[in-house]
Amino acid sequence: MSHWNPAPFAQQLLDLFASLLLLIAFAMLSQRRILTLIHLFAWQGLILTLSIADSAWLTHQPHLYYSAVLTLIIKVLILPLLLHRLIRRLDVVWDVETLINIPTTMLVGIGLVVFSFNLALPIAHFSSTILRNTLGIALASVLLSFMMMITRRKAVPQVIGFLALENGLFLAATSATYGMPMVVELGVALDVLVGMFIFGIFFFQIRETFDSLDIRHMEKLKEE
Amino acid sequence: MSLRPLDLVGLILIGWGGLGLLGLVVPARWGRCLLFPLITGLSVLMAGAGLWALQGGAQTLVLPMGLPGMPFHLRLDVLSAFFLTLLGLAGSGISAYATGYFRHMAETRAGDFQRLILLYALFLASMGMVLVADDAYFFMVAWEGMALSSYFLVTTDHEIPAIREAGFLYLLMAHLGAIALLLCFGLLQSGAGGDYAFATLRHHSLTGFWSSMTFLLALIGFGAKAGLLPLHSWLPEAHPAAPSPVSALMSGIMLKMALYGLLRVLFDLLGQPLWWWGALLVGLGSLTALFGVLFAAVQSDIKRLLAWSSVENMGLILSGLGLTLLFHGAGQETVAALALAAVLYHALNHAFFKGLLFLGAGSVLHATTERNMAKLGGLIRVMPWVAGLSLIGILSLAGLPPFNGFVSEWLLLQAYLLRPDLPQPWLNMVLPLGAAVLALVGALAGFAMVKFYGIVFLGQARGLVLGEVHDIGLWERFGMGWMALGCVLLGLFPSSVILQLDTVTHALVGQGLGASAARHGWLWVTPVAASRASYSPLILFAVIMVSVGLTFLGVRRFFHGRWRRAPAWDCGYPFQTARMQDSADGFGQPIKQIFESFFGLSREIPSPFDPHPHYHSEVRDPLWALCYLPLVRGVARLVKVVGVLQQGRISNYLLFSFTTLLALLALVTGTRP
Repeated sequence: MSHWNPAPFAQQLLDLFASLLLLIAFAMLSQRRILTLIHLFAWQGLILTLSIADSAWLTHQPHLYYSAVLTLIIKVLILPLLLHRLIRRLDVVWDVETLINIPTTMLVGIGLVVFSFNLALPIAHFSSTILRNTLGIALASVLLSFMMMITRRKAVPQVIGFLALENGLFLAATSATYGMPMVVELGVALDVLVGMFIFGIFFFQIRETFDSLDIRHMEKLKEE
Repeated sequence: MSLRPLDLVGLILIGWGGLGLLGLVVPARWGRCLLFPLITGLSVLMAGAGLWALQGGAQTLVLPMGLPGMPFHLRLDVLSAFFLTLLGLAGSGISAYATGYFRHMAETRAGDFQRLILLYALFLASMGMVLVADDAYFFMVAWEGMALSSYFLVTTDHEIPAIREAGFLYLLMAHLGAIALLLCFGLLQSGAGGDYAFATLRHHSLTGFWSSMTFLLALIGFGAKAGLLPLHSWLPEAHPAAPSPVSALMSGIMLKMALYGLLRVLFDLLGQPLWWWGALLVGLGSLTALFGVLFAAVQSDIKRLLAWSSVENMGLILSGLGLTLLFHGAGQETVAALALAAVLYHALNHAFFKGLLFLGAGSVLHATTERNMAKLGGLIRVMPWVAGLSLIGILSLAGLPPFNGFVSEWLLLQAYLLRPDLPQPWLNMVLPLGAAVLALVGALAGFAMVKFYGIVFLGQARGLVLGEVHDIGLWERFGMGWMALGCVLLGLFPSSVILQLDTVTHALVGQGLGASAARHGWLWVTPVAASRASYSPLILFAVIMVSVGLTFLGVRRFFHGRWRRAPAWDCGYPFQTARMQDSADGFGQPIKQIFESFFGLSREIPSPFDPHPHYHSEVRDPLWALCYLPLVRGVARLVKVVGVLQQGRISNYLLFSFTTLLALLALVTGTRP
């Protein structure tokens, strides 16, 4: 019985996770319900965790396991829980409006994916890591999350978009250079957590001031 | 290890800093009576250390401080030593004066005074640090420390809006200058590799365009500090705003730091100068001098008058520096040494007489709370010490022998008139014009000083109650006396001073003046040759004394001895009031008329039938409207354009960064090979 080489399988699995991430990014772009958005964000975090763990196993980089655990704790458990509590206390479950309608957004999103694959192609040639295929997807999910921040009108989905953007960046870092140094990752994780708390405080402040979380109310905060 | 001058200087700098910190914790009264005399003592020590270092070679020291991998480099060579001597000598007089001057403030505003001690000491220490810095990083730290501490000193009375504005203008100009300096050091280092130590920059020479750019940046950076036209606008605002000892420090010493910086960069770090650098400096310096003295002549605020006079003197110094550069570039090192000696000498003299006059103005201001000349007058009767000591400063500033101002201006004039053989024939023709400007400036400075002294100290009081005015205390007398003594000694023994300056000129241009200047003994100064010109202040002084004595005796001899007391000017005037005297405005009137095109003049002339006529005239700096206001308007317009981007919608802001990101990514993809 010949020795079973797990590498091609893991490689396939990695591509699968990457495409799932892209799918979730699109799903988030089209989703109007905030609650579902949070669930999608949690799923994205879980798949990111699996993907990192997979690449750790594939490349024998033990420090990537730590990143995976960190991602699991912060992005799958803590952040979604915090967001959940937040929207319940703020009593905003719905997000009906987007600035641009959903089909147009999706079309632009496809254009962005093509753009980022085009961008990642030459870089992937230079990159020596075996994870290079995922770079295009990582870039695409960054841009898609950014796009989501632009098209939403309420503050909570914008923050979720911001967190999803961070997920994409994390994937890009992992795929291009086997992850950032541990210190940086810890710092980024802490930043995200602290940022989340600050956002939470801001939400309450904004609602107290404007009686709504609609950021249209902040348009008057400019110099005449 | 034996103590070197550099170690001593370092210890003094630490001592200043420590005394400043101590000032924060000890009570204000103690701070004034104890710390300021200690600061004074350290200044005297600093002068000694400077003189000591002037005799020897360069010493270096690397401090284990600063950024990781970038320790602070210290170096003490003769150029630094000369300026450290200046700092110590002038600083000790001013600090002694400050001991007495701040008596009132220490009693009434103890908290402010404690902060003032710290800033005062830090100001002195950072100027010392500028002088011993041997890498660009440490130099900039010290330079900025100097700017910041002096900014806070200028805004000591920050409750007054005008002072806050003056301070802001000063800070702005200081930062503009610092940016230019930063770029200048960046260019100096460009491509040299390694660190920013001056030792590295010294061995790395630039050529052509970049060399000229470095020169221009240094000129802007140091010129902004020196008050070079058109970067002078902060000077007449900030100097009057500061407490008087601080004005004296800024005008007497801090402006010289700009000269030091220029000398350091141009003669030490940057390679061979191009001819037009010197020509530019001569032109700008002469213009600055003329501009400064014209404005000094028409001011009616005593401290503002002195500030404009500082602009004038820095102009003279910088024009002399330009002359040095010209001759140095043409390889005529003897004349270059002459001009350089004149520049250094004048820097030293200016520190003394301008310091002295600012202290005198401070005493007047302190005693009368009045700085407007139109309200002063007759102070010689109630403030004999201030009047007497200020007279020495006045005579020095006006450039009258046998005081010190004459010697350096005379040396500078000699350098101008030496008719050198420069490779540019037109420069040979134009340079004597510089001498003419120098003569004109000297005459106008004399005019301004006659006005200053005559209006403030002589005549009758204009609305002041002289009985309430008191003379200065012991510490102030000591401080002003120290400065006055400096003016006299520097004027009477020029050949000894020139011998001391010799090491500096040798180090910078490779030639000295000492051999020829002191050839005829210590009594005579002969800058070039005895057949051209020579000057002996002691003999002149003796002649003045003897002729005054002879006149006195002669008058005594021939005087008939009958006294007749009669009211002065009683020819047709039954009464005389203080308003009948010549006023500051009236005295400056001829200058205003002749040079009207220089000034931005606005006048209110009362109607002849007005029973209560009030004449008012205001002189504004036309360069403000010409250079600064268009800049301000341009910035405002630009800001308005940028303001269009501000729409208040977060989505739009996000879109801006999104499109920027996409464009940059596309650019990267497009340009990659």
